[in-house]
Amino acid sequence: MELSYTVLVLIIPVFMFLFLGIVGVKLSKKAAGLLGTTAMGITTVIAYAAALTYFFGADQGQVVDGVRQQLTVLDITWLEFTKNLVIKIGVLLDPISAMMLIVISTVSFMVHLYSLGYMDGEKGFQRYYAFLSLFTFSMLGLVLATNIFQMYIFWELVGVSSYLLIGFYYTLPAAVSASKKAFIVTRFADLGFLVGILILSFYTDTFDFITLTSNPQAAISTAGGATFLGCSVMTWALTLIFMGGAGKSAMFPLHIWLPDAMEGPTPVSALIHAATMVVAGVYLVARMFPVYAVDATALDIITVVGAFTAFYAAAVACVQSDIKRVLAFSTISQIAFMITSLGVASPELHHGVGYMASMFHLFTHAMFKALLFLCAGAIIHAVHSNEMSAMGGLRKYMPICHIAFLIGCLAISGIPPFAGFFSKDEILAAAYANSPLWGVWLSVVAGMTAFYMFRLYYKIFWWNNPDYGHHTPHEAPMTMTFPLIFLGLVSIVAGFIPFGEFVTWNREEYIIHLDWTIAGTSIVIALIGIGLATVMYRKENDIPERLANQFRGLWTAAYHRFYMDELYQFITHKIIFARISKPIAWFDRRIIDGTMDLLANVTNSASFAVRRMQSGSVQTYVWFYIVGAVAVAAITIICLI
Amino acid sequence: MEFTILMYLVPAMIMFGCGIYGFITRKNMIAILISLELMLNAVDINFAVFNRFLFPGQMEGMFFSLFAIGLAAAETALAIAIVINVYRAVRNVDIRQLTKMKF
Repeated sequence: MELSYTVLVLIIPVFMFLFLGIVGVKLSKKAAGLLGTTAMGITTVIAYAAALTYFFGADQGQVVDGVRQQLTVLDITWLEFTKNLVIKIGVLLDPISAMMLIVISTVSFMVHLYSLGYMDGEKGFQRYYAFLSLFTFSMLGLVLATNIFQMYIFWELVGVSSYLLIGFYYTLPAAVSASKKAFIVTRFADLGFLVGILILSFYTDTFDFITLTSNPQAAISTAGGATFLGCSVMTWALTLIFMGGAGKSAMFPLHIWLPDAMEGPTPVSALIHAATMVVAGVYLVARMFPVYAVDATALDIITVVGAFTAFYAAAVACVQSDIKRVLAFSTISQIAFMITSLGVASPELHHGVGYMASMFHLFTHAMFKALLFLCAGAIIHAVHSNEMSAMGGLRKYMPICHIAFLIGCLAISGIPPFAGFFSKDEILAAAYANSPLWGVWLSVVAGMTAFYMFRLYYKIFWWNNPDYGHHTPHEAPMTMTFPLIFLGLVSIVAGFIPFGEFVTWNREEYIIHLDWTIAGTSIVIALIGIGLATVMYRKENDIPERLANQFRGLWTAAYHRFYMDELYQFITHKIIFARISKPIAWFDRRIIDGTMDLLANVTNSASFAVRRMQSGSVQTYVWFYIVGAVAVAAITIICLI
Repeated sequence: MEFTILMYLVPAMIMFGCGIYGFITRKNMIAILISLELMLNAVDINFAVFNRFLFPGQMEGMFFSLFAIGLAAAETALAIAIVINVYRAVRNVDIRQLTKMKF
């Protein structure tokens, strides 16, 4: 098939990773960076070619009867255990994977470019580019996976890349513990994912996405109504698979790793922890959506988790003081929007608009959140601090960054004509169509989003004008501002993409109609949020301080993220470690190791007792031998008689 | 005078006993080697005698004796070589002094 060149988007980055990883240290920093960026540029071109050919290209069977087809452009049998248990590796092109190709390659290329300036002069520059290539390879492999097992393999690979990049500054204890935390939390979630995969494939006899999703009813019915703890096994399987997705996408209560992951370099946060890897959970649910759609319980769980997380993260984001932490919680909140949108989507409501809305928001969010993170990187680069208190009045010093950040804030707040408005409006429409409760809930969260984003904006660019001393902040170099300008332009126009023509749950065309009652309401809510932020944070004043004092308890709780980390600390250390792990460790050391030690000690002391016989005097040995021989002879004779 | 089997076996046994006695009591390694030869020869005599008296007309015992004599010659050459090397290393052939190979 002609589109089989898509596999190059996997081969080039993995080759680049090996090349930079092995001989990178021999190259100069500049050469390594340019090489990595060039390779990523080529990958981007191929990814765009593949995606655009899929959507617009000459007919190769992409569209049949108005339904976009899922094309398996490469299919290799990797392991064949039995007739049913076959693990394949392949490349699947369908609307969502083609869209993800565009998202990942664009953001990854921008981050490669940006890092040339941002990481300039850092120790381990070559290693950084090698890891970026590894991540790009893993993430593209994840979205192009033809079966759930291949997805799981790449799922773990993105986890490893994330671990490596969070811990990039491995001499800082904070970075080390953050990377460990991210790894352990997501691994815990992946345990659920793996169990879910095993249950699902046990009952359906397949790993293949196309087989699973083309006839989900058959897949469900083969389970034969088997139940466990009152829920059908399919609900269990789907919920456990979602648990993996929730871990990767930082859903409550598995979100705790994402804010700490901000210890990594800022471009990494933009690429991995805002635009691409953290939406893997959303992508997973979207990939399996036809199966989820027939299981209302699993969808309800997804909705509740998503909606609660959206609110929780927004509440925490309102009081954080570290700008990257605010953006991290904002990411959690926005991903929760997408998850909720998938949860409230059902094929009967508005042609499953929630699915389209979720993917649309994924697309626009990737662009404007990457933009916001890259702006934050430029700001941190300029003032050498993550804390809001070290900033203020930066609009005069960094005009490009200021405009780009403002575009990002307007986009995420949902102000037309910026990208976020269109996608968020579709999510709200889907939520209202499902139930007014979720609609109102998400509208409130959208208002909070506008508030905390503009709080951030004003605190960075307005507020007061601190004395920067002789070290005046300045605009970032060209390699850093170009991605800002590019992503800023994308954030302005991305909303006008007729997304429904490309991505819908049944892959048929769907024309987006803006529902102006919902759209108008959400604009008003967003404006209220922005207005509130303007009043409180535009100029330095004591309103925020007084409000914080008035609600001191609430404020402190939110500042400490409602003590979720402390709760985890308590559960893991006081309950799991002290009550479960310690007795097990005692049993292991004393009973199991003790038995082995006893055997060894007995042998040892026995040999110490008899070692004197090994005197080195040959004639003594002969004595022993003769006595022994005589004894054996005597015994034999006695026995014979 | 009739030759009985005992007239051969008793001297062979005395030879064997002398061999064992010498092997255990002598200090010089060459003397020990000679004792060893004595034991081997006693055994060779036994082989020949048993063959002659118990299985006349068969030759296995005789051949075994010849074989053992050849083997003993080779073994003696090896043992002498070891003794010479030991002497070169420690300037001594007293077996009671050579107790290095112990625990």
